[in-house]
Amino acid sequence: MVEFSLPKNSKVMRGVEHKAAAGAKRIKRFHIYRFDPDTGENPRLDCFEVDLDACGPMVLDALIKIKSEMDSTLTFRRSCREGVCGSCAFNIDGTNTLACTKPIKSIRGAVKVYPLPHMPVIKDLVPDLSVPYAQYASIEPWLKSDTPAPTSERLQSIEERRELDGMWECILCFCCQTSCPSYWWNGDRYLGPAVLLQAYRWIADTRDEASGERLDNVDDPFRLYRCHTIMNCTNTCPKHLNPGKAIAEIKHLLLKRK
Amino acid sequence: MSKAYPITDHTYDCVVVGAGGAGLRATFGMTKAGLKTACITKVFPTRSHTVAAQGGIGASLGNMDEDNWKWHMYDTVKGSDWLGDQDAIEYMCKNAVAAVHELEHYGVPFTRNEDGKIYQRPFGGHMKNFGETPVPRACAAADRTGHAILHTLYQQSLRHDAEFFVEYIALDLIMDDEGVCRGVIAWNLEDGSIHRFRAQTTVMASGGYGRTYFSCTSAHTCTGDGHGMVARAGLPLQDMEFVQFHPTGIYGAGVLITEGARGEGGYLTNANGERFMERYAPNAKDLASRDVVSRAMTVEILEGRGVGDKKDHINLHLEHLGPEMLAERLPGISESSKVFAGVDLIREPIPVIPTAHYNMGGIPTNIHGEVLRPTADDPEATCPGLMAIGEAACVSVHGANRLGTNSLLDIVVFGRAAALRARDTLKAGAEQKPLPEGSAEQALDRFDTLRHAAGSKPTAVIRDEMQQTMQSKVAVFRDEKILTEGQASIDAIKASQDDIAIKDRSLVWNSDLVEALELENLLTCAQATVHGALNRTESRGAHARDDYPDRNDKDWMKHTVTWTEPDHGVKITYRPVHTWTLTDEIEYVVPKARVY
Ligand SMILES: Cc1cc2nc3c(=O)[nH]c(=O)nc-3n(C[C@H](O)[C@H](O)[C@H](O)COP(=O)(O)OP(=O)(O)OC[C@H]3O[C@@H](n4cnc5c(N)ncnc54)[C@H](O)[C@@H]3O)c2cc1C
Repeated sequence: MVEFSLPKNSKVMRGVEHKAAAGAKRIKRFHIYRFDPDTGENPRLDCFEVDLDACGPMVLDALIKIKSEMDSTLTFRRSCREGVCGSCAFNIDGTNTLACTKPIKSIRGAVKVYPLPHMPVIKDLVPDLSVPYAQYASIEPWLKSDTPAPTSERLQSIEERRELDGMWECILCFCCQTSCPSYWWNGDRYLGPAVLLQAYRWIADTRDEASGERLDNVDDPFRLYRCHTIMNCTNTCPKHLNPGKAIAEIKHLLLKRK
Repeated sequence: MSKAYPITDHTYDCVVVGAGGAGLRATFGMTKAGLKTACITKVFPTRSHTVAAQGGIGASLGNMDEDNWKWHMYDTVKGSDWLGDQDAIEYMCKNAVAAVHELEHYGVPFTRNEDGKIYQRPFGGHMKNFGETPVPRACAAADRTGHAILHTLYQQSLRHDAEFFVEYIALDLIMDDEGVCRGVIAWNLEDGSIHRFRAQTTVMASGGYGRTYFSCTSAHTCTGDGHGMVARAGLPLQDMEFVQFHPTGIYGAGVLITEGARGEGGYLTNANGERFMERYAPNAKDLASRDVVSRAMTVEILEGRGVGDKKDHINLHLEHLGPEMLAERLPGISESSKVFAGVDLIREPIPVIPTAHYNMGGIPTNIHGEVLRPTADDPEATCPGLMAIGEAACVSVHGANRLGTNSLLDIVVFGRAAALRARDTLKAGAEQKPLPEGSAEQALDRFDTLRHAAGSKPTAVIRDEMQQTMQSKVAVFRDEKILTEGQASIDAIKASQDDIAIKDRSLVWNSDLVEALELENLLTCAQATVHGALNRTESRGAHARDDYPDRNDKDWMKHTVTWTEPDHGVKITYRPVHTWTLTDEIEYVVPKARVY
């Protein structure tokens, strides 16, 4: 029998233990993925004990507290802290979500925080997202219209505008993208749920006149049809959007066109 | 120093620092004009804080009710408590309609009214007929207008193939011996490399400095980096004492509930269930200007009529609006209230409190975005090669108090104005003089010193001291005693940054160092704010002094200009407020008492 094993440098080692300050009563343990590109050593899992009586309610509050008080080298992206900028997307307690809107108390036992899965890690919780960004640009996500714009606004009825709800709100956090097994295996060629959601956002916009071209652009065994309706995307979206449905709509339109 | 840090050199026609609404609008405008333009940003463009803007962008489209840019201008002047420069205000309000139509043409998914036109809602201080009754002027995409606009502007940047340097931290400006700005030094987080951008024009679009306060609606990345860079280059900041407290930050979390919530019919009550705004602003009530509402709330709390166990906040009611309207027009705040306050808007009021929100002051500029270096003889003198736009700048259209919706407007109107100015004054690819010797030396010295800082106070400790001081001493109500204490503390805290400690010595994604660099910028801003506040012995707009309760036009109808001195001191000079308009289409609005 052939024996398979993961490459040596992919093994996550046990890391450093950081104890809570003496006297802490409500202690929660945070296991956090660490990777230091300078040493090239294997990634490790550090453990931090956080006193919940002296910490805000969200996972991001705990990460900031750890960085401020226990280990300032801990590295992660964050900005708006209210679920709109999409910076602090991590794999928390086994699902991809935003640390700033994930209540600590919704997690039983120790809190595990990893970077978004299957992306190259630059450092600690910071993944390299350049591939999904480029994929986003590849769908040409801007309004295309040959009809010259009127002097005032283009008209759109309330109902027509409602078609965009659930799509234009996407914050490009890529929680869905990196939760999709098809994207894990074919991320170089499959556009992934976040990007397809945006492709459909423009197809569905009555002001846009490039639906045909947009459909051509995704009509490809890899770019679109690697979606196997696993629906991890929709289940994990921290904004409660439904990329799975948008992908189904695109497939439906392509079928209709044939 | 440059030996220890190899430098990658770039030459562009324009370099824009910042990819929020202001930076993006300038970037693709310049690119479109054929100028080779680089946009440097410390966060991916759509993560800039413009994304958080909720309620709307102001323009007198008149889609819901009759409106006129002159009324918009009047309201903005009055909102500014006459500290705004009226030529700039005219420029902004007159261009607002075209700017919003342009955004729609770019694809912003605005909410629509029955006629299929852009939906508009009432907002604080926006009135009809020169101040009579509220008018719906805020053009909205539900309550996620900033998200809609920022993403659209990024999309337009992609369309025009603009060049981005994402997750690069701009460190310092390059100034030559003649006082001309020649570019900027930046640090690439991803691989740790240092970059020198030489440009005919450098544009600061780096946003506000909300994080000087403990409780604020601003993102963690709003750290006044542009202000810090400009101050280190020996240039001044203007009107920094004017900090807007938004009436409705969620109690505890600081997360914003848009004024649009009151625009849609929401109202505030105190512990007695009284709609107290009727007493303070009989006409505009809950839709009075932000400074007025925030002060009224603070008075209610100080006089013992706050709600909650500690009687330290106020209730905002939206229950009566109905679930459908909340879902259609205010979905974002419905979600935030649930997540951050555990409140279901359909059933209960939201606990709110005035929260630091916006910086009226900033880098002084003219209406083209050109940065000013005023002298005693020429208050309009510019610093060649440097522009500033957006919240980082002080044009000044907001004066002593900004009206809601006028910042999104400011960023697109002046982002575009900067691009037009660059188009008209620069030649694409024009030869640029070699940079002065050692042009990166100063920036790298500072960078290297901080990178190896081994003092006794961690960044987080100094930052916390600063935020607590600003929160308790430079807040809604101010007086000489409390400001004197505040100034002494901030000066001491700023001096203590020489004793800062960081632990991460690496170059790749060293966020420990990023925060230390940001703290330095924040402290520069905090210091200018408190010095300006103690110095201004009157009450105007957001600057309310208990010991000088009235506006004093005779002595204080002037902009504060603060200069950061190398020894951590601050020097104050002044610039006159523009008492003229841009064209003769409208007359100068003469100062009068400000009643809502
Ligand atoms: C919660 C909230 C709601 C709001 N709602 C409204 C509203 O409804 N209507 C309205 O008109 N206004 C509103 N405002 C105000 C308005 O959103 C902001 O004033 C405006 O968006 C600022 O835009 P900006 O482009 O100047 O800066 P920002 O959007 O803050 O962008 C700053 C940019 O600078 C970059 N940057 C900063 N420092 C550096 C550095 N050192 N190196 C490289 N890059 C750097 C950042 O990466 C970022 O791209 C709101 C503000 C908040 C906080």
